[in-house]
Amino acid sequence: MTNDINHKRRSFIKVSAAAGGGMMLGFNFIACKEESKIPDFIAPNLSEPSEWTTLNGFLSIGDNGVVTIMSPNPEIGQNVKTSMPMIVAEELDADWNQVIVEQAGLDTENFERQIAGGSQSIRHGWKNLRKTGATARNLLLQAAAAKLDVTIEELTTSKGIIYHEASDKSLGYGEVASLAADYTAPEEIKLKDPKDFAIIGHDTRNVDGFSIVQGKPLYGLDVNMPGTKIAMIVHPPAFGMKLKSMDDGSIKSMSGITDVVKINVEPEGWNPQWSDVNAYPELVAIVGNSTWEVMKAKKAIKIDWEGETALENSVDHEATMTKLLAEQDGELARKDGDPDKAFADADKVVEKTYTAPFLAHNTMEPMNFYANVTADKAELIGPIQTPMFLEGTLEGVLGIPKENISIMMTRMGGGFGRRLYGHFATEAALISQAVQKPVKLVYTREDDMTQGTYRPAYKVTYKAGLDKDGNLLAFGIKGSGIPGSPVFENRFPAGAVDHYQVQNIQVETNISTGAWRAPRSNFIATAEQSFLDEVAEAAGKDPIDFRLSLFDKAIKEPVGKDNDYDAERYAGVLKLVKEKANWGSETSGVYRGVSAYYCHNSYVAQVLDVEISGDVPKVKRVYCAVDCGIVVNPMAAKNQIEGGIVDGIGHAMYSAMTFKDGAPEQSNFHNYRLIRQAEAPESIEVFFVDNGIDPTGLGEPSLPPIGAALANALYQAVGKRFYQQPFGNENDLLG
Amino acid sequence: MASYKLNINGESREIDVAEDTPMLWVLRDNLHLVGTKYGCGIAQCGACTIHVDGKAVRSCQLRVSQVGEKKITTIEGLSEDGSHPVQQAWIEHDVPQCGYCQAGQIMTASALLAENKNPSDTDIATAMNGNICRCGTYTRIRAAVKTAAKNA
Repeated sequence: MTNDINHKRRSFIKVSAAAGGGMMLGFNFIACKEESKIPDFIAPNLSEPSEWTTLNGFLSIGDNGVVTIMSPNPEIGQNVKTSMPMIVAEELDADWNQVIVEQAGLDTENFERQIAGGSQSIRHGWKNLRKTGATARNLLLQAAAAKLDVTIEELTTSKGIIYHEASDKSLGYGEVASLAADYTAPEEIKLKDPKDFAIIGHDTRNVDGFSIVQGKPLYGLDVNMPGTKIAMIVHPPAFGMKLKSMDDGSIKSMSGITDVVKINVEPEGWNPQWSDVNAYPELVAIVGNSTWEVMKAKKAIKIDWEGETALENSVDHEATMTKLLAEQDGELARKDGDPDKAFADADKVVEKTYTAPFLAHNTMEPMNFYANVTADKAELIGPIQTPMFLEGTLEGVLGIPKENISIMMTRMGGGFGRRLYGHFATEAALISQAVQKPVKLVYTREDDMTQGTYRPAYKVTYKAGLDKDGNLLAFGIKGSGIPGSPVFENRFPAGAVDHYQVQNIQVETNISTGAWRAPRSNFIATAEQSFLDEVAEAAGKDPIDFRLSLFDKAIKEPVGKDNDYDAERYAGVLKLVKEKANWGSETSGVYRGVSAYYCHNSYVAQVLDVEISGDVPKVKRVYCAVDCGIVVNPMAAKNQIEGGIVDGIGHAMYSAMTFKDGAPEQSNFHNYRLIRQAEAPESIEVFFVDNGIDPTGLGEPSLPPIGAALANALYQAVGKRFYQQPFGNENDLLG
Repeated sequence: MASYKLNINGESREIDVAEDTPMLWVLRDNLHLVGTKYGCGIAQCGACTIHVDGKAVRSCQLRVSQVGEKKITTIEGLSEDGSHPVQQAWIEHDVPQCGYCQAGQIMTASALLAENKNPSDTDIATAMNGNICRCGTYTRIRAAVKTAAKNA
């Protein structure tokens, strides 16, 4: 499949790049011609060149003008496989309709930060991707100038064609590509003025879209290499338990079963990295010929487990946080002014506590990986957000040097942070090593949901002091969670209140936890923005005006120095959504909530409308203003914003992961509720601020605030505040 | 193990599997038709949706021994070249994010439109409610179903 093709190609580029000292020499692609066959379902109108020239790690140009751009970062649905190559193509001044995008494998020589996380791919890659395209364009111009015997300054480009206006001559990129490889690019390359962008800022469809709608093999679970066996793991039934003994005789004779082995992903003396989160290092693996046969053996195997550490109950975990917040001072993270005195002087004090449960990631494609480990080599293919960290882990666990490890990323059926933690890939590699066969490790949905790196439960208490005119005098936050508080002490309203204090309390668990789309922000934004709505009400002020007056203070006389936001941009999105939603207009039967948040370097403000339909509140419309700087691909950017909103509404309303005696109480979608079609908003309108600033995060920022827009609208609809997620669990939703 | 002759995407295919094997795994493991996705295995997510005699069915709950002469259509057989109105509408609206659930969404939507040429919002919500999209592309899915209905 294409993964293998990409992998061979990638190896070739790597060798070539090394030989050319970074910038590549021309090369003949005929040797690899069979593997290079352009997939016509991606670009039906492209013809295959007879010769390719690779100009750098990202770019190859065919002699007919077709351009191949490598997409370096893992694709989890955030659309970087389209948007990152768009940036390269922009500065190359290519014709996007002549571009083929290929997923790169892990290649630390040619690419930087091959990670899908923190909404940072575009922000981090922006300058380098532009420079890569512009450098290649410069080489093409130098070659064209020599061929036409003119100076480079006399030439212009557009859509893959070089023009010499004075002589009315033109040359296609394909005509000079092989010559271009002989030139060296200058150190300083002039980049385009954003107003001249011809690709960036224009709606561009997903490069894999046509393959997706035809069901082409794109995902890790679709990998089908010759001779591959199916592997599955059996993990302990509860956090705090471990393997005692197993009776593999019970399943070894079952149809299609070839091997039953024990593996340990944390061999003695090995130092784990941050990405090696895993509660169950020792596992039983069952290997066989087909998925169904291995599934049946997995049900039949007899294994004894034993307790190792405490078996936790979610109710106790939450009670611990409640007790700690009520009875203890936390570690002081920030203090401005004299909060104690200000609270004592306040005319009115509002204090509320907000709680949210553990959440599973539940990517639609369960964890899986292909591995073929031989005596001195490891080849891995699959869905991983952190291939560069996986490589280091594999080197340590397998005892195979990095240069003999190859990792190819497939398109991923969702990430949401779950595939930052690649223990499943390490497990696949260890199983392959143990049984001496190529294997594809497949998690069942139950394995996936009950062996998570969950979003931890959080609890936070907010306290606000108001003077008699409803001005915010003092603000206190005390948060608890794992591995620490969910509070960002330097984010708003820090800087907008004279007397301000943040305290953090850490709680412990033996349940594996990790990053989940917009870590910490995904909880704290909903808590903070729900609280501000209640404080605005106590102050007798409109919730938007109340926030704007705080931003005004942060702009004119900011308190403290380390405030982690730009108050003007923050206020800007609120003003924009206020205008677009026609805030202040009353419609009978429509109940509105507002919320705004800043994370991943981007600003989002939302207005959400609820109507009561039958007995149930229904989210009708969401208006969302976003300031993420330059929008690379508006069509896909809107999709990300819409998705984050639906995801945020769904988890705030319906989802929870709970544990009893260490055992997950949810195991599949019959008892873990995810938002569905009928519950999604009828419409989501997205408005981007056009300010020409370099792009910032987009995959995460629309999720955190929406839970509060929902809670605040629900309050208007049913007269009840919502403090405990998921809101839909509260039987008295209608008051 | 037993031998079965199945009608898949208009072709006769022979396979030798255990009789309790779900069609999902026959398609994926034996026939390498991997467009049909595994999501939950208990008919709760819709990722494995196929057509059986034109009706949307969760292939994880359909045993190979139950199929007999019935005609099976998978996403690979919905059209030869991606030209089915539902596939085209999905492209037009640029629906997919991760894309993993979309084959199942498309199979459910195309079965709906085969029965109901002009579905209302409620018809769409009811028919599509069994298909989870974890990325949250529901509003685009709804719009694409309407476009497909118009263009069919």
